[in-house]
Amino acid sequence: MNLMHRPKPQSAGADTALLGAQAISVERDGRPVLRDVTLSIQPGEIVTIVGPNGSGKTTLLRALLGAEAVSSGRVVRKRGLRVGYVPQKLFLDPSLPMTVARFLSLPRRTGAAAQSAALQAAGATGLAQRPIAALSGGQTQRVLLARALLDQPEILLLDEPTQGLDQVGAAAFYQMVENLRQQTGCAVLMVSHELHVVMSASDRVICLNGHVCCHGTPEVVAQAEEYRALFGPGTKGTLALYRHQHDHSHDPDPQSLHSHVHGPECCDGDGGADGVGERASDVPAASSAGKDG
Amino acid sequence: MLDDFLVRAALAGVGVALAAGPLGCFVLWRRMAYFSDATAHGALCGVALSLVLNLPIAVGVLFIALALALLLSNMSGRMAADGFLGVFAHGSLAFGLLAVATVPSARVDLSAYLLGDILAVGPREVILIWVGAAVVLLGLFWRWSSLLTATLDPDLAVAAGIRPDREKMFLTVALAIVVAVAIQVVGALLIGALLILPAAAMRPLARSPEALAILAAVLGAASALGGVLVSMETDLPTGPTIVVLALGVFVVVHIAVSLRRTPAGRQSR
Repeated sequence: MNLMHRPKPQSAGADTALLGAQAISVERDGRPVLRDVTLSIQPGEIVTIVGPNGSGKTTLLRALLGAEAVSSGRVVRKRGLRVGYVPQKLFLDPSLPMTVARFLSLPRRTGAAAQSAALQAAGATGLAQRPIAALSGGQTQRVLLARALLDQPEILLLDEPTQGLDQVGAAAFYQMVENLRQQTGCAVLMVSHELHVVMSASDRVICLNGHVCCHGTPEVVAQAEEYRALFGPGTKGTLALYRHQHDHSHDPDPQSLHSHVHGPECCDGDGGADGVGERASDVPAASSAGKDG
Repeated sequence: MLDDFLVRAALAGVGVALAAGPLGCFVLWRRMAYFSDATAHGALCGVALSLVLNLPIAVGVLFIALALALLLSNMSGRMAADGFLGVFAHGSLAFGLLAVATVPSARVDLSAYLLGDILAVGPREVILIWVGAAVVLLGLFWRWSSLLTATLDPDLAVAAGIRPDREKMFLTVALAIVVAVAIQVVGALLIGALLILPAAAMRPLARSPEALAILAAVLGAASALGGVLVSMETDLPTGPTIVVLALGVFVVVHIAVSLRRTPAGRQSR
């Protein structure tokens, strides 16, 4: 196993933040995957981590969860924080018989009423008695979300929750996340590469490429040079296209406008921490945004 | 009651099978078949160690199985290659055979350690087997939810406050205990079969993990009882007889299930 120490979640003190990272770095096989990442999630906000493949998005989420050892820095977690986690995918060995209802009772037994309420909230009504192996990709994601909701989480961590869904399904999923936030007030931190949908559904966006490239409201990030360097300028148009679809306004929040301090290496094409070699701006924007559709 | 060698053999077989069945479910679910084979084969070195140091067989085997299982689970965390464990499973068998060959008194009884010698089990060993089996079963019962969650998805377990590495460690230790008590019953070669076969045979009949664990324990115990009786009648070696009986159930169940499914499958197409 890994010899590096695991992040010890510590009390955040007077700070209102639910969960945060203070200058964390993660190495794998001696290679840096994350470098000096600092962020914090406030109650009730939806924050999305975007970034190219191999930029360390999932690693960051797992480090915040406590499943990934950090080589420096620390993960700060509100005392007694209830976390709901939805992994990218559930790899269920076919030799393991498991119904949805049994899965929702792991590791703590939950009542049938609570289960059906969570399934309903996640849009998976009526699946309780089905074997998990017989579910479609979208149904599995909804069941994973229902399980995360059962603990009445203060924060949901979603890792590419719409992987394998078509565009309509993905949009519906994000709409559901937004509704959940409004109903339960839980914060959401999610990883995605579906820029267009994500940008419209998030309060704040963190653009990651081994380190935090830029960071702020969707509008600010979409304008940021670093973001455009990674994803191309065209995504700004996509953002505008999708703006009309959602009905809440993004108040200009001074707290979320973080200054863009970058080292000279940031997004310069010398490779992020993970050796992303080629300049992402060479990739046409349409392909990077449209790949997921 | 323990005076009758047949009763002792039956008790020994049933005791081992009751623990091996549910533990074997995790071996199956976590794809640890090669891992358990490597541990069991390498346990032959423990036989040699016991004979040299004049210890009870189970003590030396437990020690070696534990060391080997911990070493393997540490290495497989890094290499994670099925092929690597396969190489190790066969390598540890060869190494164990060499270790036994260096002890003159053991060479005579080599087949007893490879294939088991359940009819020679003494009263003390029956008690040892039941203590080992009880420890494993109680442990599985106690940690069941955590083990199951960590098996399903390690990150989901972390989110629920469970340490997946600890659950893995528990399974590793439980495996070493089962190897130690099973080597005399079915022998080093067939411990893996005793773990995997009952769970794999009953898989199509179970709708929940708990049901599969119970069915696997029942089938294992029934095979052990049947194996002792059949081998008494026919003078065949007991360990292989037990495994062949379980294999027979595996074949019957899977054929029956696929026969039942085929018409329905055609309809849906």
